Amino acid sequence: MALYRETAHELHDKLVKKEISSVELTKAVYDRIDEVEDQVKAYITLDKENALAQAAKVDKMIADGETIKPLAGIPGAIKDNISVKGVRMTCASKILENFVPVYDAHVIENLRKDETIFLGKTNMDEFAMGSTTETSHFQITHNPWDLSRVPGGSSGGSAASIAAGEAIWSLGSDTGGSIRQPAFFNGCVGLKPTYGRVSRYGCVAFASSLDQIGPIARDVTDAALVLNTISGLDAHDSTSYDAPVPDYTKALRQDVKDLTIGLPKEYFGEGTDPKVAAQIKLAAKKFEELGAHVIEVSLPHTEYAVITYYIIAPAEASANLGRFDGVRYGFREMAAESAPEMMRKTRTEGFGKEVRRRIMLGTYVLSSGYYDAYYNKAMQVRTLIRQDFAEAFKKCDLLLTPTSPVVAYPLDAKMDPLTVYMLDVTTIPVNMAGLPGISIPCGFVDNMPVGAQLIGKPLGEETLLRAAYTFEQATDFHKAVAPLGGLK
Amino acid sequence: MSVTVNDVKHIANLCRLNVPDDEMDKFVEQFNQILNYAEILKKVDTQGIEPSPYVLPISNVLREDVPVVSLSHEDAMKNAPEEYEGGFKVPRVIE
Amino acid sequence: MTEYTTVIGLEVHAELKTKTKAFCSCSTEFGGAPNTHVCPVCLGMPGALPVINKQMVEFALRFALAVNCEIQRYSKFDRKNYYYPDLAKAYQISQFYQPIALNGHLDVNVDGETKRIGITRIHMEEDAGKLVHSGASISTSDFSAVDYNRAGVPLIEIVSEPDMRSAAEARAYMEKLRAYLQYTGVCDGKMQEGSMRCDANISIMPVGAKEFGTRAEIKNLNSFKALERAIEYEVERQKEILEDGGHVVQETRTWDDAQGMTFSMRSKEEAHDYRYFPEPDLAPIIIEKEWVEKAKSELPELPDARKARLMDEKGLDDYSAELIVADKKMAEYFDAAAKETDDAKGVANWILGDVSAYLNSNNCGIGEFPVSPAHLGQMVALIKKGVLSSKLAKKVFAEMLKKDEAPADLVKKLGLEQVSDEGAIQAMVDEAIAANPQSVADYKAGKDKAIGFLVGQVMKKSRGKANPGMVNKLIIKTIKGE
Repeated sequence: MALYRETAHELHDKLVKKEISSVELTKAVYDRIDEVEDQVKAYITLDKENALAQAAKVDKMIADGETIKPLAGIPGAIKDNISVKGVRMTCASKILENFVPVYDAHVIENLRKDETIFLGKTNMDEFAMGSTTETSHFQITHNPWDLSRVPGGSSGGSAASIAAGEAIWSLGSDTGGSIRQPAFFNGCVGLKPTYGRVSRYGCVAFASSLDQIGPIARDVTDAALVLNTISGLDAHDSTSYDAPVPDYTKALRQDVKDLTIGLPKEYFGEGTDPKVAAQIKLAAKKFEELGAHVIEVSLPHTEYAVITYYIIAPAEASANLGRFDGVRYGFREMAAESAPEMMRKTRTEGFGKEVRRRIMLGTYVLSSGYYDAYYNKAMQVRTLIRQDFAEAFKKCDLLLTPTSPVVAYPLDAKMDPLTVYMLDVTTIPVNMAGLPGISIPCGFVDNMPVGAQLIGKPLGEETLLRAAYTFEQATDFHKAVAPLGGLK
Repeated sequence: MSVTVNDVKHIANLCRLNVPDDEMDKFVEQFNQILNYAEILKKVDTQGIEPSPYVLPISNVLREDVPVVSLSHEDAMKNAPEEYEGGFKVPRVIE
Repeated sequence: MTEYTTVIGLEVHAELKTKTKAFCSCSTEFGGAPNTHVCPVCLGMPGALPVINKQMVEFALRFALAVNCEIQRYSKFDRKNYYYPDLAKAYQISQFYQPIALNGHLDVNVDGETKRIGITRIHMEEDAGKLVHSGASISTSDFSAVDYNRAGVPLIEIVSEPDMRSAAEARAYMEKLRAYLQYTGVCDGKMQEGSMRCDANISIMPVGAKEFGTRAEIKNLNSFKALERAIEYEVERQKEILEDGGHVVQETRTWDDAQGMTFSMRSKEEAHDYRYFPEPDLAPIIIEKEWVEKAKSELPELPDARKARLMDEKGLDDYSAELIVADKKMAEYFDAAAKETDDAKGVANWILGDVSAYLNSNNCGIGEFPVSPAHLGQMVALIKKGVLSSKLAKKVFAEMLKKDEAPADLVKKLGLEQVSDEGAIQAMVDEAIAANPQSVADYKAGKDKAIGFLVGQVMKKSRGKANPGMVNKLIIKTIKGE
């Protein structure tokens, strides 16, 4: 198998055994990028020079007999809303077209300490607002399973880079499903950790109470390895959890016999493609075969999750994106007589339509006279959604759902915004409750990958990974390779 | 509840955006579509339910009052669109 | 003409004396080249997050306790959204829905009467940066430059009840607040430098009315004097409007100190709609009883307690004590000076007299006063002992201002010891009586004033050193032939 198709843990073994070098591996991945990037368009920025220098450094460490960390010398891709010092970060927006961050995100600091390699910055929906990666200012990313389809979003570039062999592992961010849904669309493993498990410092805020960074990877083991490195308390993020970080790879045992898995009935109803639902039911059956106890549960406030999210997230975003005003950094519209005019023109010109829509929506729901009817009401419903999960977890250890109600759909589908928003119903509640969720490949519909979502209790990543690993070891879905075809 | 073109202009002004004329009608329509959908929230009885601004059970995350060297001036200004005497230059502040 | 009652409420912002900013570890040091005390957090760079400075909370808690507030067990931060170039994130982190403290009060003294001014709330927030304008003022500048060194410096906002009824009361309240800020050590209270700032909400209503009139909010009040003048101006402005049958408009106005007028700041700007909502980047603050008790036990002596002490222990009158404790450094100066003498009242008189006059004319604080408190106290002690006359003390004082030497040494050096030797004075008295028979005759004829002339003659002869009381006594005794 080509090096660029292998997993991080396999490649680590080869590096340690000196069967390959990191430079060789990194070059192989860049060669692959050269080969397919014009079809996939997963990256906004590549940083080959630094990547190869870092690879050479790791090769020297190995040659010197140093013990290296599991991700050392293994090239990964970073979503373009995560700050890597000195490397342009755009958030796929015109407003940050030429922005070069002056500091590293906490996760990047940790990954650097482990001597890993950053290939470049991946395409995304502008400021992570979208679920197709089509709102990017720069380019459309194509799904490697069928180039005429969307890669999902907002971490579409990160997921597509894994599916296309353009990276070994990647980082995404997940506010309402932005790691899990593209992982599903691209046949990858995508993990959104418990809110607070991973520091958000240096991840450009979309909705602060929902955002969380996490890995998109080829298999569960790689996801656990990345999680090991990026998790933990950070003094720069007041909302990061002060809880010990276990070695998540120790949780990777093939054993689900002690687990009860709940199937929330609301996730299998109207709106979910029956063919997708069927695949998830098969996954449930597989879990049963493996020894888990599967039951039906109910999350009664699920139907309110989408609108609740589309009130809370835009509200927070309207404040978070206020700083893009053309004063300190980023794009500025020069033709303006005054500062207010400059700001208006800069923001109107610099933000795309969807971002502007959400800022407006968020501004509206917070504005005088509407706060109680929208924002406060949504915050109360959020409490009810959290309570639903708490109730369900009294009966089971994990929940199993479709990650998305549908498989990847054609590019430029011209759906109205609300229709697109409704497709987030399966992932949004997990963010609302701050829970960990993982999407793992579990089948195919119309030759497109389907993913199953496992949802855990707060800080229940170990159980989540164990179940995902057990399923993965008993199936072959994660081994399927995207054909990079389908474009007329 | 539904919003009008004037409402949209007012909101746009609050968040320093313009809605281009050729986008306005479609914008108002889609905006109202979302707000109409939000009406389903009225079905939920939230009497006495505490809002959830935070999902974490944490409090008093405090930092000691010890200065740490700040960014260099060069780094601070690195991305500045325009600079004037060490400051971020902006056009006249009053419209 | 209708009589009106003035209603004033003050919103005071005090910069806290922390070493670092409210939500990042940048230095709060004043001055410094533009944008040199900045970091990703206070520059509002993408991805940066705030972390609460513990000392800010401690200071807010301490001050709130000092002014008798109820500390809230649960408080949290909110975002206040508005756009201005000096506001890096386009929101200010503040406390809107659940501030740290509510329902306090301060007692102020105006014209010998004590009045209680309610404090509605105290909350923590961050300061904005500073705009440097290319022209003379904001409105005449083609462009401005933003310096974020001040952005993120912690503030407390102290909101009063609309309990003040005159400019004098407002000033007394501000002075009292400043004293409390200084005594608790949370703020240096320098209005001119902007470490203490004040907005005034002013309205008027017919005497006896129950409902307040429409208020104007006055900004840019940079001194106690400006506060008083602005209130007086604004009250007159509102009276004129009402007398002409008009309505006061609720608006924000700015005080122009040079012109002595307030001007409307209303532009075509949107009405304020700050869209406050809970700050999701910060966890709430929970202050349990133990924390409150600890803060209480650490409170220093407060101005009102100190004033009572000066009255009880030092015998000062209410007025002098109030004036001295109003400035913490002044009170400390007083205490240090009073150690040197049992004449505390004398020390107070000097401080409120010549010392204050010097400070006013030199526009400086007691911190910059050239005479050490020990020397001032020693000088008062010399007067009390009769070694130095009050008149000659002025000379000594003037010398000390030039060079801070011990007054006893100066008295010797300048030969200013008071002569209280009866024999020496009697000789000079005899001489004066002999040389001025007319004055003696006048005095004997009942013109008591004539004695003053004779005393003056003796003092002149002694070059001011004769003890004037003794001179007076001896002249009368001699003329009466006793």
